[in-house]
Amino acid sequence: MKDAQTAVDPAPAEKILQEAGPVASGDLIPLLQKLQSAYGYLPVEVLMKVSERTGIPTSRMYGVITFYAQFSLTPRGRHTVRCCCGTACHVKGCKEVSEAILHELNIEVDGTTADGVFSFESVACLGTCFLAPVMMVDDEYFGLLTPAKARSTLRKFT
Amino acid sequence: MPPLKISSQAGLTAFRKKAVRDRSRFRARVLICATGCRALGATELSRTFREKLTAAGLDMEIAVVETGCHGQCARAPLVLIEPQGYLYGPVKPEDVDEIIQTTLREGRPVERLCETSQGQVMATLETVPFYRFQRREVFKNCGRLDPKRIEDAVAYGAYEAAARALTSLTPEQVIEEVTGSGLRGRGGAGFPTGVKWKACRNTSGKEKYLICNADEGDPGAFMDRALLEGVPHQILEGMILAAYAVGAPHGFVYVRAEYPIAVEHVTLAIEQAREYGLLGRNIFGSGFDFDIQVRMGAGAFVCGEESALIASLEGQRGMPRPRPPFPVEKGYLGKPTTINNVETLGNVPLILLQGQSEYAAIGTKGSKGTKVFALAGKVRNTGLVEVPMGTTLRQIIYDIGGGIQNDLPFKAAQMGGPSGGCVPARFLDLPLDYDSVKEAGAIMGSGGLIVMDENTCMVDMARFFMDFVQEESCGKCPPCRIGTRHLRDVLVRICSGQGRESDLEELDQLSRDVKTGSLCGLGQTAPNPVLSTIRYFRDEYEAHIREHRCPAKVCRGLFRYEIDPETCTGCTVCAKNCPTDAISGERKGAHLIHQETCIACGLCFEKCPHAAIRKI
Repeated sequence: MKDAQTAVDPAPAEKILQEAGPVASGDLIPLLQKLQSAYGYLPVEVLMKVSERTGIPTSRMYGVITFYAQFSLTPRGRHTVRCCCGTACHVKGCKEVSEAILHELNIEVDGTTADGVFSFESVACLGTCFLAPVMMVDDEYFGLLTPAKARSTLRKFT
Repeated sequence: MPPLKISSQAGLTAFRKKAVRDRSRFRARVLICATGCRALGATELSRTFREKLTAAGLDMEIAVVETGCHGQCARAPLVLIEPQGYLYGPVKPEDVDEIIQTTLREGRPVERLCETSQGQVMATLETVPFYRFQRREVFKNCGRLDPKRIEDAVAYGAYEAAARALTSLTPEQVIEEVTGSGLRGRGGAGFPTGVKWKACRNTSGKEKYLICNADEGDPGAFMDRALLEGVPHQILEGMILAAYAVGAPHGFVYVRAEYPIAVEHVTLAIEQAREYGLLGRNIFGSGFDFDIQVRMGAGAFVCGEESALIASLEGQRGMPRPRPPFPVEKGYLGKPTTINNVETLGNVPLILLQGQSEYAAIGTKGSKGTKVFALAGKVRNTGLVEVPMGTTLRQIIYDIGGGIQNDLPFKAAQMGGPSGGCVPARFLDLPLDYDSVKEAGAIMGSGGLIVMDENTCMVDMARFFMDFVQEESCGKCPPCRIGTRHLRDVLVRICSGQGRESDLEELDQLSRDVKTGSLCGLGQTAPNPVLSTIRYFRDEYEAHIREHRCPAKVCRGLFRYEIDPETCTGCTVCAKNCPTDAISGERKGAHLIHQETCIACGLCFEKCPHAAIRKI
């Protein structure tokens, strides 16, 4: 993970902005999505630069960023754990699973572990109800979880 | 070399013939679901098949195809063998050798991988009860073709309806067909699709938009994900037809970012369709131009609401706008915009191929065609189920779904997600369509169907949905922002045993206020889970409030854990795991939970290897 203290590398943002060309208002969300996937989060320095180049005020960006769950203004862990708490998972006991994960990682919902390895999110539905209770670690699904299985799955990630 | 453009109906027919010919070079096909089943090892499974078939020298005569969802997700990973139609699941890489030998060489089924029903082996897909009682129309080709290859889609008839309609029907005739078919929006509200199209067509202006709403946010619904992943070209064809009908040159697919495989497949399908000239200028030589962009949602449930979706596409916070004006008059960038759900669009090519009267022959008086339900929860066969409108809950849950897990009694079905409600056992024989479900206090919604047994607490269910709704409320209008919060607080109070006698009335009144005062569909329907559970499970609320008891033993603090001394072997696992040292007992002697120190965390219940711990 990038150390939050070091300066943010402007090169990826520069490249994304160049590829995007002129940015209309409707292109803001796809642009932010690209920046977030390049940096893992949305660094303020980068947003200032985007604002300068596109003319979109940072205040408007802030409004959009804080509205959508996907965006983050602070650095995230190397792995994102998304624990599903949709209806099917709820009925099948996702509460116990997510409590076990939070206990194992010693963090709270939307938190990041002190060592920067994991960030935890609780999501409404991953659309894989047949796997309930289910979680995703980055882009990988882990289903039919028990608290014990969830804990042991996470121990495989470093 | 860039592929030849398909610029006429004859061109499509020629392309199709070649695709069918190419496919028939193989004497058998191994169809592996590589979308939903991926989570349970389908990728490794198809790699194993490929390697072993190559090693056996069979790779030129047997094709391995990574398909979309077969539907019976409970048996994932699923493998379907053509031409015999044997359906295997769950299949592990260790089973591959036997499948190659027994089925692909000798043509016989591997019985131990087949479904058995009452001691009988159901080898082929058609004989499995899960499929036998379904009517798969929209999902017909899902699981049969490789969603990453346009050739495969065309071989199964994709773009046939579009070719015919664009070259021989006027937009008005297309609208007439769809109106006559009785198709209603599958996203939730059930608005007649043809009427929506006509209104958009009749709005003046050349700059119009067509949006495919794939922001499937309802917890418990996953048919749109499966359609985009499994038959993306069918959805694109539906979009072409819709765009032609309303006169929209621009299209969007607005899809959740939580669905990475759907994003990948639909993006690829658009690129392929563009390469072959099925999107772009002058499609099928009709003079009609249309192209599609993919936009990913950024994680906001409210964006499934059409005016919020439009705001999101415009790069704004996804907040709903007052309607009217409706999007068909003033939508994206103020231009006329039609928004249709994925499943709705998936129905459109069928209507144009079959004709309106044949399509309308299926279903009930007010609801035509089939509906896809996402069956989940405490039911045996979880998965995607497509049935004619008017099928009963009992048929879906028992005949197709195989009944409740562990043969427990059915308690309720949650239908329609956060906007819907819980339907109790007395409605098991209710023929399901838009109107009947609404009368029962739920909504058809997008078709999520979560089955619950006696271990589900209905008050906790209502609290769960209020948690969800108040988290997802965009905050624009106070009845929804503050009202749902307050509803949640009251429910939390009841679930923790602090409920008051006046709470039920307060919930009821507040629910009605939120319904009437909210701006958009999210707020207007948000109290439904509360109202429907009070209506049908009032006694459970009363048990929480008056007796401080949770009949389903879900609400922490309203039940206690005890060890059955007869079953306890004294293995000490519970005592070792207890975080508050509330369990005592000698090794090999019965243990005891001390209620005064127990925090009811449930760890002992989970860890006990002998199921000696009971909830009382």
